[in-house]
Amino acid sequence: MTSYTAYQTGEPIADTKAPAGPIEERWDRRRFTAKLVNPANRRKHTVIVVGTGLAGGSAGATLAEQGYHVVQFCYQDSPRRAHSIAAQGGVNAAKNYRNDGDSIHRLFYDTVKGGDFRARESNVRRLAQVSVEIIDQCVAQGVPFAREYGGLLDTRSFGGVQVSRTFYARGQTGQQLLLGAYQALSRQIAAGNVEMHARTEMLDLVVVDGRARGIVARDLVTGEISTHFADAVVLASGGYGNVFYLSTNAKNSNATAIWRAHRRGAHFANPCFTQIHPTCIPRSGDHQSKLTLMSESLRNDGRIWVPKAKGDTRAPGRIPEDERDYYLERIYPSFGNLVPRDIASRAAKNVCDEGRGVGPGGQGVYLDFADAIARMGRDKVAEKYGNLFEMYERITAEDPYEVPMRIYPAIHYTMGGLWVDYDLQTTVPGLFAIGEANFSDHGANRLGASALMQGLADGYFVLPSTINDYLARHPHDTVDPQHPSVTEAVEGVTARLEKLLSIDGDRTPDSFHRELGELLWDDCGMARNATGLRKALERIPELRDEFWRRVKVPGGGEELNQSLEKANRIADYFELAELMCLDALHREESCGGHFREESQTPDGEAARDDDRFSYVAAWEFRGTGAAPVLHKEQLVFEYVHPTQRSYA
Amino acid sequence: MRLTLRIWRQRGPEQPGTMTAYEVDGISEDMSFLEMLDTLNERLILDGDEPVAFDHDCREGICGACGMVINGQAHGPERTTTCQLHMRHFSDGDTIDIEPWRAAAFPVVKDLVVDRSAFDRIIGSGGYVTAPTGSAPEAHATPVPKPVADTAFEHAECIGCGACVAACPNGSAMLFTSAKVVHLNVLPQGAPERESRVLDMVGTMDAEGFGGCTNTGECAVACPKGIPLQSIATMNREFLRAARRAPR
Repeated sequence: MTSYTAYQTGEPIADTKAPAGPIEERWDRRRFTAKLVNPANRRKHTVIVVGTGLAGGSAGATLAEQGYHVVQFCYQDSPRRAHSIAAQGGVNAAKNYRNDGDSIHRLFYDTVKGGDFRARESNVRRLAQVSVEIIDQCVAQGVPFAREYGGLLDTRSFGGVQVSRTFYARGQTGQQLLLGAYQALSRQIAAGNVEMHARTEMLDLVVVDGRARGIVARDLVTGEISTHFADAVVLASGGYGNVFYLSTNAKNSNATAIWRAHRRGAHFANPCFTQIHPTCIPRSGDHQSKLTLMSESLRNDGRIWVPKAKGDTRAPGRIPEDERDYYLERIYPSFGNLVPRDIASRAAKNVCDEGRGVGPGGQGVYLDFADAIARMGRDKVAEKYGNLFEMYERITAEDPYEVPMRIYPAIHYTMGGLWVDYDLQTTVPGLFAIGEANFSDHGANRLGASALMQGLADGYFVLPSTINDYLARHPHDTVDPQHPSVTEAVEGVTARLEKLLSIDGDRTPDSFHRELGELLWDDCGMARNATGLRKALERIPELRDEFWRRVKVPGGGEELNQSLEKANRIADYFELAELMCLDALHREESCGGHFREESQTPDGEAARDDDRFSYVAAWEFRGTGAAPVLHKEQLVFEYVHPTQRSYA
Repeated sequence: MRLTLRIWRQRGPEQPGTMTAYEVDGISEDMSFLEMLDTLNERLILDGDEPVAFDHDCREGICGACGMVINGQAHGPERTTTCQLHMRHFSDGDTIDIEPWRAAAFPVVKDLVVDRSAFDRIIGSGGYVTAPTGSAPEAHATPVPKPVADTAFEHAECIGCGACVAACPNGSAMLFTSAKVVHLNVLPQGAPERESRVLDMVGTMDAEGFGGCTNTGECAVACPKGIPLQSIATMNREFLRAARRAPR
């Protein structure tokens, strides 16, 4: 047992910004009580935005439109490449265009329930309210959503809900929404309102006199370390799924921005809440560098099954209908193949653990379109899912029109992230976190098509309303570049990079990342238990020490050096992984994507313990390897009363 | 399988580059092309050499970051992105030439990494609809006929990888530019800026040093997203229409 697990519980924290009163009036009330910045004064204020995905791109564009001076960063060569672009399925909105009983309240209810009652009601209600404006905004930008023949917008269903509220653009919704935000941002860059730094990575946060006042960044082409100052800093740097090495995240998506902010005082909330997506293409070998998602929308028409008999190695077409187990339809008859992600993933793991998995190593289940093709015809299926089928065939060399797809769960999204209040401000004044980088809206499990909704809600509508209040209430002054806090941050970044370059060991950065990822997948993945988590908590610090002794980073710091970028990110993953395992160990209940084997119902479903764990776990950093301090934010449910989730 | 790779190595924009040969062994046909390069890079690091720099991110064929000229073809022998090209399309004993995009407007940064920021400037000069946040009308206020929406989508699929420019003997960016012009110009939401959009974007494209179009058609063949060659004709028509109407 390491001292790391001997954490203390500190002062509880409260979300002090959420107004009281009827939940449907809270957002309007907050917007009214928020102080405004005079339009003429806005251009004197600088706001740094890190990241250009749906949240960052939309926030940067909107803040610039409002008149602020925005300085924005992305590690990619262009803001258009942020990983939001890979989101396939769609974006939820409570438009009720289908007249199928949808409403803002129902989207709110579904999201709180889908998150297994571990999200904040006020935030989720606001998200549902803002969702309808997102669709209007995106259509106005020219986002080519799917339409019906009458010219109106089409929708489809996603997991965990019984209405059709998901707007989509074939299997490329994220791409189209991101390009809409990117184009709006590009307009502001061309107009001189946004100073864009592409191929530039944030490596530390500058906190001066208790307020976030800037960042230290590295130009990835020249290696130059620079500091940038602002009146407020917004992190929109995405999630931390890549800590697992194999995930559906982009290869370079990383946790460094949020982890560095955490080290500077921003509490990290619910780090163990990670989402494992049920429908990904199984790994094909040790060379695997990432996993590819097959959109959840496929579960609208595809049927998931495995053979009834263990070790049945017949080709799928040779297994007769009565020898197949459509296990989701059997166990969850009312939601069938559209149960939420955590439930579908765990069910797939269970049938594979029983020895009924298919494909190499028995690590897969079938997603079968034969019935859909018979019902709708091949052309209609191709129209809905064509690009996904092509992608599947390209990767596996199997034609899903002829043989069922093989799928297996993979790390996809992280519900945890920096703790934020109702204004999306972290525990560091002046530091805001939006999109996947914060923890706020999805509880312990995110519903499909809600990530795009949250990213755009935060960036287009929520942050631009709340950041005014912060800016208006704080003095507008400049930062002294020679301030000790600034030089300390710059020296820290420089020393760390020099250290990485000087070790000259005998292992590659990736070899460490793979090892850490496997460890996390085994002990802090789809199912967790105290023994495994304690083992991981002993192993991670050893591996971290080994990394700092044996890593080999070729080349220098003053050039494009992708190995250095990687090693620097992996160094942070070791610390984050430790916190994830501690959070998972401390939360002795199952909820959503966090499944503790010790806490399950007789049917093997996640068993929450509301008496002990109906809170957000916000961790305060106390030093590398030192026990963090736990701050609890008690969750209050006034409108959606916690029950055992039932999708049967 | 065992392969010989001949890879363009160039330390920086100002340094001269050269093709350098490497042998790789134990390559599985299920590997993607980038995973094959990962394998080489892991070995180069342990051997004390510098790994080959290349852009990549999503590895799902959608972010547009990756791109290299493989045996003379942008993104290689299959119609897809480099990250979605798999080694099953090669044979044991093959020699594979790997080069960066080659175009005047895409200067080499290092090895296989090029600077494509000119694309961002083309978009910034008109590849948008001016619709500040909060100003949007109800989404159903303007129905868009499905065929029009489908045409817009087909052109909006462009991932900005630059294969069209790399494949073009003139280094022209007409396919890239026209994809955005057509996407927005066919939609009712894009109509108010229809003329200024095409004039400004074409102007920026020319100023960035891209070549002219001679209807070779290599761009559309190389495009991993299947942006149709016809979009260039549509953009030319839009340009002529706008130029005639523009106040002199």
